[in-house]
This record gives sequence, structure tokens and C-alpha cells, in this order.
Amino acid sequence: MSTRRVIYMDHSATTPVDPRVVEAMLPYFTERYGNPSSVYRLGAEARAAIEAARQTIAELIGARPKEILFTSCGTESDNLALRGVAWASRHKGRHIITTPIEHHAVTHTCEQLEREFGFRITYVPVDRDGLVDPEDVARAITDETILISVMYANNEVGTIEPIAEIGQIARERGIPFHTDAVQAGGQLPIDVDALHVDLLSLSGHKFYAPKGVGALYVREGTPLLPTQTGGGQEFHRRAGTENVPYIVGMAKALELAYASLDEEAPRLQRLRDRLIEGVLERIPGARLTGHRTQRLPGHASFVFGGVDGEAILMYLDRANVAASTGSACASSESGPSPVLEAMGITGRQALGSLRLSLGRENTEEDVEYVLRVLPPIIEKLREFSPICPDAALR
Amino acid sequence: MYKEIVIEHFMNPRNVGVIENPDGYAQVESSVCGDMMEIYLRIEGDRIADIKFRTFGCAAAIASSSLASEWIKGKTIAEAAQITDEQIAEELGLPEPKLHCSVLAISALHAALEDYFKRHPEARPSIADAAAQGNDA
Ligand code: FES
Repeated sequence: MSTRRVIYMDHSATTPVDPRVVEAMLPYFTERYGNPSSVYRLGAEARAAIEAARQTIAELIGARPKEILFTSCGTESDNLALRGVAWASRHKGRHIITTPIEHHAVTHTCEQLEREFGFRITYVPVDRDGLVDPEDVARAITDETILISVMYANNEVGTIEPIAEIGQIARERGIPFHTDAVQAGGQLPIDVDALHVDLLSLSGHKFYAPKGVGALYVREGTPLLPTQTGGGQEFHRRAGTENVPYIVGMAKALELAYASLDEEAPRLQRLRDRLIEGVLERIPGARLTGHRTQRLPGHASFVFGGVDGEAILMYLDRANVAASTGSACASSESGPSPVLEAMGITGRQALGSLRLSLGRENTEEDVEYVLRVLPPIIEKLREFSPICPDAALR
Repeated sequence: MYKEIVIEHFMNPRNVGVIENPDGYAQVESSVCGDMMEIYLRIEGDRIADIKFRTFGCAAAIASSSLASEWIKGKTIAEAAQITDEQIAEELGLPEPKLHCSVLAISALHAALEDYFKRHPEARPSIADAAAQGNDA
């Protein structure tokens, strides 16, 4: 068992960097290391590299190059989108609409805007599959609404939200619409015009680029005050010397992801469906979380009655499978997941969650292996548990 | 994040299960995370003759209850009552966010002892006894 490679099924957390991406980045560390703001040739070379990256990413998502801002990560992109629009529009109104299933980068920013800056936040509900009803968004709009933010796909349960419909509503009412596409980037097609989004967050390390680089699409004309000030980089909207090699790497990675999407997405979907079927079939009391079909191609997530999510992860780790749990118990926070709670999965049931997110290196054998090792793990943990699965599932 | 000793207890927890007609029993829930644990005691004379537990919780909670059960089995009631969550957390090297998991194990033990004392008030160690044994916590 110890000679076996780790079966990595946590691609929603992060992905390995594609060797082709590393190769594209390398010259920008030691040879073309100029500061893009410098006038000499070394600087111009670096400038050309980021502008080419900007062009690449813009084309891939149907945007114009000057609408792409480079940031340090998805969290920064979300922060800049929310705070930037809120600050710029504060005299127009102080109402923001979002959902209870957003990433903390969105929810904690909203909470701060509410607590410290007098904004009012409306959280439109989600149904038991984690879907937002666009009609609820429409009903929540007031004259004071200055921003709507709904994620493209959820990290914990994989559900894909009806972004185009919500965008249509926002467009009709003239309200800027932000979507956190950190999970969707490279996995779902993105066309900012078809989706009617005005701001869209991306994070490189979710699509085989390194950690530490992200992007924010900002449609021309969208009010946005910079939250990081200094030099005039990124069209005066995000100061700071550009992270040239990482920006180059992110563009390369997104290009590769979309070049192979037509084969890769159906392949992942087949593996995912096999995994879902197998788990539901072999583990009594297992329940899929998130929408059955309207979900990320490689994303499978479950709750199991009677067991704690972290305990499952530890046993899987011993079996050389890397996965994650939606229950925050595994991280520094404790207690059931707010995302599952918003979907009506409450209490102890929400503590026994497992997320298996597939990616490029995963094979059919990997899926079969997990389907072999997981059921006895759940069974063993249930033996330790004072809660019988039936009671826990009720 | 976990030391090998936690993994070891977690993979092979000691004293998992139930005792029919226990002398002391408690089910306790953590106010921090919602996880829960139950402890069964069989008491002979002033000794804990047997202990079994079941845990719905994380690796640290399972390891804490396993270690505590190992320490307690065969001890006198007074000795068992002295064991603290700090001792468990220290032995297991639990990180800060996992301290409440050892608290869960020890509060379940205390609650199970309380359950026994309710029916056997004479068995409750007196304050003087506890003080004599240095329990000034
Ligand atoms: S996190 Fe709940 S007992 Fe450890």
C-alpha cells in the first residue's frame, strides 16, 4: 500500500501544475525578469508577455483585453469585485444581493460591508439541490441595489447556478452582476456576454496553473474603485508590480484547459457518474449533495449518516486517497457546513460529508479503487458511532 | 496536523462498543462542533472494571476517547475522576482547534461517573479526598 501513488481526488481544492505551464513560466524567472513598467527592452519584453496573457484570457472568455485585471488569487478577485463596486456605488445605494452558499471570500466581504460600512445584504435562498431561483433574485432587487453576486458553480456541492438567467435580470435592471467562477474556470465554458456578467473571478490554481495568481474580469463601464492603490498597474485598478511568470502560466493553463475541454469534460463526467452510482449503490444511507446533473463535470459530493467527515478523510488518507469534506471541522472552524444547512441538510447529517473532485490524472481504475475502499471505511466508522445511520438520516 | 499517536488510536481505537446494563452511562454532545460521544462504565467496588465508548466525531475525538478509556480501565473511581482533558490533549499533541475534542471525551467520562454517583451517592469521592490527591483544578 505504501508504494501506491496517492489517488488525488481533491481538484476543487487545488490542482497540480501542468508541466507545459511550468515550461512557459520558466524564462520569466531568470531570463526575462524585467519589470513591465520599465522602459528598456527587458521591461518591454515582460510587458509584452502580460499583454499577450491578457489577450489570451480575454479571448477565452469572450472579453476585451482591457477588461481583464490580474490579481493574486480568487479571493482577491472576489474582494476587489465586491468592495470595489460597493465603494464606487455607495452614494447610489447600499444594498447587495448574494446567496448563502458563496465562498467565504464573498460572504465575509459582504459581512464586513454590512458591519462596518452600512450596507444591507440580502441572501436569496437555494433549494435542496443548491440551486438559486432567478425569480428570487428579481424579487430581492430594490432601488438601492448596487450589486448582485452569485457563484457560477459551488465548490462544496458542485451545483451550477443559472448565471445567464440571473445575469439577464441584472442587465434589465441595470445592476452590476458579479460571478465567482473560481470553480468553473477551465471546467465550464465561459462567455461573459452570453452569461450577462459584469464581473467574474478566476483563480489559476484550480485549472493547473500555480497558486498565487488570479484574474478579475470587469466589463467596461462597471463602477469599480481600486482597493489596492499605488502605481498605475492594471489600468489603475490594481496597483502592484505584475507577477509576470504566474500571469504567463495562468494564461497558458487556461488555454490548455479550454483546448481539451471537449474531450475532458465528458470523460470526467463519465467518471463522476460512475463514482456517484457506485457510492449510492454500495453504501447504505449515502446521499448525493448538490444537483444530480447540473453539476461540475468532475465533482461528486455526499453525506453519510452516522459518521464525521474528518474521520472519513483520515481513513481515506491511510488508503492513499486525498479528498475533502464540506464540514468545516477539518479546517480550523467547527460545526456543520453553512452550504449544506442552506440546502436543508442539517445537524449531524451535515457533519458527515465527503467531496471527491476528479481531474486530469484520474482514471477509471482510480474510481474503482475508491469504490472498493470507501464502503468498508464508512462501515467501520459507523461501528464506532453512537448514531445509527437510519436515525441520522431522518 | 496529527501526531502518529493520534492516528494509531484512531485507526485501532481501544474499548469501542457498548456494555449491557452499565453502572454508569452518558451521552454528551460538543457545543463547539456538534459531534457526540457515549461512554459506558461497569464498576466493581471502587474500580472501573470496564469501559466502552462510541464516538461520532473527528479523529481527535476518537483518539481522545480511546486513550482516556485505556487510562481509566482498572483505575479507581477517584483516580479516573482526576484525569483531565489537558492531560489527554498533551499526550496526543492535539493542535489548538482540536482541544475541544479532548474536552468532549473527558466531559463524557465525568457525565458517566455522575450518572453512577446519582445511584450510588456513597461512591462520590469527597472534596477532602480530591484535595488530598491534589485536584485543585
Ligand atoms: S471536531 Fe468535533 S469532536 Fe473533534
